Amino acid sequence: MLSVHAVRQLRDFVLDITLSVRCGETLVLVGENGAGKSTVLNLISGILTPDRGEITLAGRTLFSDGSRIDVPAESRNIGHLFQSYALFPHMTVAGNVAFGLRCRKVSRPEIADAVAEQLAVMRLSDLADVNVGRLSGGQRQRVALARALVLEPELLLLDEPLAAVDMRAQAAMRRELRDRIRNAGIPCIVVTHNLRDALELADRLCLIENGRVAADGTPEEVLAMRENGFIASFAGPRVS
Amino acid sequence: MDSTRFWHEREVIRHGGRTRLGRAPLTLLLTVLLALFLLFVTLPVASLFLRISPEAFFRSLADPVVLDALVLSLVTATVSTVIVVLFGTPLALMNARCDYRGREIVDTLTDLPIVLPPAVAGIALLMAFGRRGVVGQYLDGFGVSVAFTTVAVILAQVFVASPFYIRQARASFEAIDRLYEDAARTLGASPTTVALRITIPLAWSGLVSGAILSFARALGEFGATIMFAGNFQGRTQTMPLAIYTTMQGDLSAAISLAIVLVVISFAVIAAVQIITRRNT
Repeated sequence: MLSVHAVRQLRDFVLDITLSVRCGETLVLVGENGAGKSTVLNLISGILTPDRGEITLAGRTLFSDGSRIDVPAESRNIGHLFQSYALFPHMTVAGNVAFGLRCRKVSRPEIADAVAEQLAVMRLSDLADVNVGRLSGGQRQRVALARALVLEPELLLLDEPLAAVDMRAQAAMRRELRDRIRNAGIPCIVVTHNLRDALELADRLCLIENGRVAADGTPEEVLAMRENGFIASFAGPRVS
Repeated sequence: MDSTRFWHEREVIRHGGRTRLGRAPLTLLLTVLLALFLLFVTLPVASLFLRISPEAFFRSLADPVVLDALVLSLVTATVSTVIVVLFGTPLALMNARCDYRGREIVDTLTDLPIVLPPAVAGIALLMAFGRRGVVGQYLDGFGVSVAFTTVAVILAQVFVASPFYIRQARASFEAIDRLYEDAARTLGASPTTVALRITIPLAWSGLVSGAILSFARALGEFGATIMFAGNFQGRTQTMPLAIYTTMQGDLSAAISLAIVLVVISFAVIAAVQIITRRNT
């Protein structure tokens, strides 16, 4: 279970977010560009620090201004997938997947086993020794996911997970992603601009407007809020 | 020749349908200017090779003055490059990534030796580390004297060569997307691990070419060295100093040393180009 209350002064507005996600639940964040969706992920994974607030994950306090706790990003054990995937360009596929395990001082044979197993699950075994610069969008996405999941994170944060994937491959990738998230059994937050992502991945949907939660509920509930300008254009003619 | 083509394209853009004939005088003028400039740069260097026979060249290389200068130069320039890299890398990384009060002052100070005349650097180092210098007088109390030793040669080289590495290193670090570092941290890498495993490897070619440029500058250092370290064969007489000294007597030794430096300079340019090209 993840619970977040975070306040941070951004350039144009104050981000003030309160949300919680249960284990095995997927929360999808939607909203205009610049509404603060990616910032929410960065605050949770520890890349940015809130001005005020409290973040707890599985009973552990990751951030609390009251008790002066700020667990550094490297000790939070959160899988964070960036929009561009941020695969390390000077490493192979296997090198990328092994990176986090190396940082944790896991023994070499154990790393090799874990990486091989993860690559097999992600159908990347053939690409183990390929430099990541030569991968397609869908392959990159799977490497990024493998790199995060091999560490058995307690929370998964996905920023536009399918934006760089070929249109034709998106439907298959989306189904695969949904299965992986379900299997992991951990809380998951997905940021997306894509209605299909929202419909297929979300257990709950959350609308962010100017750094605040404007709506929070099941996808059906939130997408029914046609009086909201963003929802009206996001859900569009598809629902009506 | 690339530059003339570039000008051509601009001319075409500016004047649209101007005739081929109309551009001919400009092309001719630019070709002549370019040829004159290339000649001006290459002729003196070529003259070095024309003024000495291969036998005389190899005979001079065995001359103790030449040999001592060669060895001393290579050793001191290598040591100073290592010192510059060890101190400069963390400094460049800090200035590229951290925003702290006074960062601009630090940047300006690290660049200072580039614009400072070497003779000024030499006398400044002497005033600091000389026997009666600001720091030197205390060192002298411990029986340590720096000025007019090989250590002084290295200090002078570090002083003049450090900005070449630090500037390049900083630019290379700044060119790296922070996203890679953020991703590495969420995967469990401490700031030190991020620097060693992500930032430095990604900036590698820039760091190497910066170090090569810094080495070349150290190798050619003359003004600060002769003022702060003196001109003693085998101890402080590096190649540029030996050229200056031998020129007054044995010209072929001076030319031989000059040729060795020319070869090293060409190797430096080639190395930097190969490394930077491979990166892009």
